[in-house]
Amino acid sequence: MSNLPLPNAQLSALSGDAFTLDHLQVGAQGKIAGIQADPDLKQRLAALGLRAGSKVHVLRKAVFGGPVHVRVGTTEVIMRLKEAKRIVAVPMMDGSASPANKP
Amino acid sequence: MKKIVLIGMPNTGKSTLLNRLTGAHAKVGNWPGLTVSLLSARLLVGDQMAQLIDLPGIYDLSGYSEDERVVTTYLETQKPDLILFMMNASQVDRQLTLLSQVTSQGIPVVMVMNMADEASALGITIKADVLRQTLGIPVCLLSAKYGLGTEQLQKFMREGLKAEPAKALSPLEVEAAFTSGVMVPAQASHQLTERIDKVLLHPWLGLPIFFAVMLLLFEGVFAIGKPLQDGMTWLLAIFRTEALEPLLSGLPSLAQGLLLDGLYNGIGTVASFVPLIILFFLFLGMVEDTGYLSRAAFLMDALMSKFGLDGRSFVMLLMGFGCNVPALLGTRVIRSKGLRYLTMLTIPFSLCSARLQVFVLFIAAMFTTQQAPWVLFSLYVVSILMAMLTSVLFKKQYVNVDAFVLEMPPYRLPTLRQMVLKGWQEVRHFLSRTTRFIMLGVLLIWVLTNFPQGVAAGSVETWAGHVSHWLSPLLKPLGINEQLTIALVFGFVAKEVVIGALAVIYGHEGQALMDAIVQNMDWISAYSFMLFALIYTPCVSTIATIRNETKSWAFTALSVAWPLCVAWLVSFAFYQSAQFIRVHFF
Repeated sequence: MSNLPLPNAQLSALSGDAFTLDHLQVGAQGKIAGIQADPDLKQRLAALGLRAGSKVHVLRKAVFGGPVHVRVGTTEVIMRLKEAKRIVAVPMMDGSASPANKP
Repeated sequence: MKKIVLIGMPNTGKSTLLNRLTGAHAKVGNWPGLTVSLLSARLLVGDQMAQLIDLPGIYDLSGYSEDERVVTTYLETQKPDLILFMMNASQVDRQLTLLSQVTSQGIPVVMVMNMADEASALGITIKADVLRQTLGIPVCLLSAKYGLGTEQLQKFMREGLKAEPAKALSPLEVEAAFTSGVMVPAQASHQLTERIDKVLLHPWLGLPIFFAVMLLLFEGVFAIGKPLQDGMTWLLAIFRTEALEPLLSGLPSLAQGLLLDGLYNGIGTVASFVPLIILFFLFLGMVEDTGYLSRAAFLMDALMSKFGLDGRSFVMLLMGFGCNVPALLGTRVIRSKGLRYLTMLTIPFSLCSARLQVFVLFIAAMFTTQQAPWVLFSLYVVSILMAMLTSVLFKKQYVNVDAFVLEMPPYRLPTLRQMVLKGWQEVRHFLSRTTRFIMLGVLLIWVLTNFPQGVAAGSVETWAGHVSHWLSPLLKPLGINEQLTIALVFGFVAKEVVIGALAVIYGHEGQALMDAIVQNMDWISAYSFMLFALIYTPCVSTIATIRNETKSWAFTALSVAWPLCVAWLVSFAFYQSAQFIRVHFF
């Protein structure tokens, strides 16, 4: 899914190319389109920087269905797949959102 | 006295700042109406004494987690005079909502942007003046870990105690202020952390490295702690023979026994834990402050979540193999109450170093050198199995309601000062809270094993002997005789006391004691006894710690009764089936 042609993240959100975070591949980046969770978890995720509109980068997934490790802004967060399923993200091509996104 | 509180998200360095400002004077204490103990210390601000209080880290003031309730209750009932709002300067974007809520409390606020060193290493520019002007509150950049910027904070606190309450700021106002006051480069990440994580969180290397690290730390605690603990015991013994015994020789023998074997041994039991607790917290501090504890949680979670636990529980369980007491104290890093209680219920099953001493003696007496390592290994396996079994059975009672969403901090170098201070605080807390309970337990056992008057201590004629006699219908089917039962009663004080008790009961020591054991039982009884000694009631220090950490007698009773039942069932199953096989097949 990382090679999906996505000219515009906004457009793809409308066209429905959204995945839950657990389905994003390692190395992929996405823009959070929405979070479907109870207010408590939503608040907690927001406090860690995970809210609609933020850009999230999947760094790695633990073996045997363990947690997923993501970066959002300057914060790194780990969460179980159960929680990752609550976050809907639209995959972005590398650099499509920020021109400075180079090593 | 004026009250200054620290409020901020978890891992923003609140307690580090408190320790930095107040040195070794910080104390953990209870507050009326609050379920948790808080760290606090007195601090001279200008010319007046103030109290600085560290509130639990929270994500939101309008939330309903236990920690959030503690903070809101505190703010309502204690009416602090000044709030120090702690921020991680390198992650400002996600802390703005909380700042807006904090300014709406009608209390003066000083904003402390901690880890300013990390932020500047990431290329983040913070214009404190711009923030100060737009937010209307003082802004202090500092590094609590290295003590940079604390003079400025002193000045702000002095002014803050006389200041008007902060003007309530809307989330939009806060965001606007930070947009103009903080510049974050588009690509800001901790390069070194990324490189280290590539290795330490490697899909296949991660776990083996984790186990190697744990083994190394464990060996470290053991290698340094054991001689220290022995040294402490030696010092206490010298003091007893050289000072106390001559001093008390004029007293009747019963009073001597009470003071020396009852009271003084009680003190000794408490004191012998001190080196282990200091060391444990040094090592735990290393694992936690470097950021590796979150990595351990990441690596072990897939497995541990099946048992209702998480990776941090696993680290504590492992530490329990050294000593259960500090492992129980260490569960404080787990903020979810259900998960913490479940972890605390499993830790007493960890085969601690005290139990190891008993097993080493029994195994050396009953088994050949070839068999010995396997017998010991089997006991470790039983220990882990029982912990996991307990967790599976109780995970419905102690549900982990908190979602597993953890911040993964960048790797950091812990400072020695920080770790030593933490270790010292824990020891003081342990001593002040559990000493009385442990002394009572030790005294009780002394009375049981020395009364009625005139009988030989530890013999079957004592009250402990009577208790063992009543218990014998229960323990006979496990192959445990009355002498061993008395030893188990002693083992309630501390598991290593079992050996001393057997020495008294059989009237032999060292090799002669091992011979006596061989004469009095076969290997099946011995193994059944070891299984029972491994699993049954935790020692009095462990119980005291559980009681003090949970403040719940019901939970403490459960953590005593449950292992006792399991111990009986496991020993019974083993002894009866082993006897059956021996009778019918050999």
